Amino acid sequence: MQLTNRAKKLEKKPMTLAERAYLPAIFQGLSITMRHFFMKKATVRYPEEVRPFSPVFRGLHVLKRDEQGRERCTACGLCAVACPAEAITMVAGERKKGEEGLYREEKYAISYEINMLRCIFCGLCEEACPKAAVYLQPDKIAPPRYERDEFVYGKDRLVEPVSPDARSVRGIQLTPEQANALRNKLAQQPA
Amino acid sequence: MIELPALGWQSIVIFVVFALSLLIATYCTYAERVIAAFLQDRVGPDRAGPYGLLQPLADAVKMFTKEEFFPGGANKALFIFGPCLAMITALMSSAVIPFGNNVSFGNNNFFLQGIEVNIGMLWVFGVVSLGVYGVMIGGWASNNKFSLLGAVRAASQNISYELAMGMSLIAVLMMSGTLSLREITLQQSVPGEWVMWNIVKQPLGFIIFCVCAFAETNRTPFDLPECETELVGGYHTEYSSMKLGLYLFAEYINIFVASAVMSVLYFGGFNFPFQYELRDWLVSSQSWELASAQNLITILGTVGLFAKIFGFIFFFMWVRWTLPRFRYDQLMRLGWTILIPLAVVNILITGGLILFGVIK
Repeated sequence: MQLTNRAKKLEKKPMTLAERAYLPAIFQGLSITMRHFFMKKATVRYPEEVRPFSPVFRGLHVLKRDEQGRERCTACGLCAVACPAEAITMVAGERKKGEEGLYREEKYAISYEINMLRCIFCGLCEEACPKAAVYLQPDKIAPPRYERDEFVYGKDRLVEPVSPDARSVRGIQLTPEQANALRNKLAQQPA
Repeated sequence: MIELPALGWQSIVIFVVFALSLLIATYCTYAERVIAAFLQDRVGPDRAGPYGLLQPLADAVKMFTKEEFFPGGANKALFIFGPCLAMITALMSSAVIPFGNNVSFGNNNFFLQGIEVNIGMLWVFGVVSLGVYGVMIGGWASNNKFSLLGAVRAASQNISYELAMGMSLIAVLMMSGTLSLREITLQQSVPGEWVMWNIVKQPLGFIIFCVCAFAETNRTPFDLPECETELVGGYHTEYSSMKLGLYLFAEYINIFVASAVMSVLYFGGFNFPFQYELRDWLVSSQSWELASAQNLITILGTVGLFAKIFGFIFFFMWVRWTLPRFRYDQLMRLGWTILIPLAVVNILITGGLILFGVIK
């Protein structure tokens, strides 16, 4: 039974003299490897040279702050619901008086944990978030760890740092000019 | 001008040749890795030093600091003697290779050669066949039947290919009429007629010699004594640390010597095209002294010889990273039923050509 017409017909002829003499085939092989000698190398010298990420790469999560440095997350739980791997857990709390500079809404996440061993980096949490709080950074891989519990990332490791120099836009580190602009903007805001 | 006794000059040359063999063998390990990488579209070692040039040093440190392991029941003295013998024989064979023509200081006239003997080629063959003992002793002293089998495999391969090698060489000797490597080199240069290299007269002989040289130095496609993947190592299965290093190092020295012998026998040794024209031009139009012009030619010839040697070393490595191994029965069949009859045919053809005066 013939399934496709791609079948190659094999002939078992006795080898010709040129084939039995090995040498022509050897020189053919040598010419092939010599061509590779001059080809562009596929190697990337890693620590000095980093291979660019794909534009659709989804890496380590970050919990964003808004322009005034307040946490965007309101602990609505939509990300946890959207998560197919059930990697996100959170505890919601109520904002106290005097904490208006810390949290954007009256409700905030007291704790927010993502289990990186369960996470499949699908990005559905990012899509589900109504407050644009959770993002998967396009340039940062979740690093390896030695212990299992180290893979549970809490708010200490997820929330974006307050300092403008350490902030990022969609996970990309701010340039010094952007950081300065942000610092000026923050200085003009009433405390 | 200082008067230098001939023996003093010889010891200097021998020292330099030994040092050079060791240095070249050291950097062969580096070249091997770089060439392998380049042929496989990789970059190769580039961490130790600029362009990874200190890589051989790092390898040596690794080799020296690894555990010295002696298998139980092994004959300890012989176990140590095996790699030493491999190394000694590899180094010894470089003594008779003429690395250059003569140089003269004042009244002294010296050859750039360790020992000028009229049995040079016999010396190389004798010493190279002694190298089999290093392999055999290593396999025997390991007290491991697989090592012994590997040693037998290596020894039988070396001996089989040495036969064909010697026979292909006989055709060269029939033309030259001497075993002295220096004489053979000098015969390959005739003033005014620069393509006099033996490769032109002995193409078949060269191919046989070259194939046998690959087998003698245990290089791919004849590296069955050393393959760890299909045949679980060979004579050096039980060796560790620098004793293994010596075996591997001896292989690289053997490659260097084999390349040198091939360059000398078939590629004109230290001769290069238009050397006499260059000397005469220097003497006549630049008004150099004949002796200093000759010295310059000698130096250029030595550089040329090393270029040829490095070319062959590159060829050895190029072939290694191109061809897969032979099966052992194929290897034996190639040696006994193809190369030896071909060598005999080559002798007959050469004899006929000499008889009818086509070649001298």
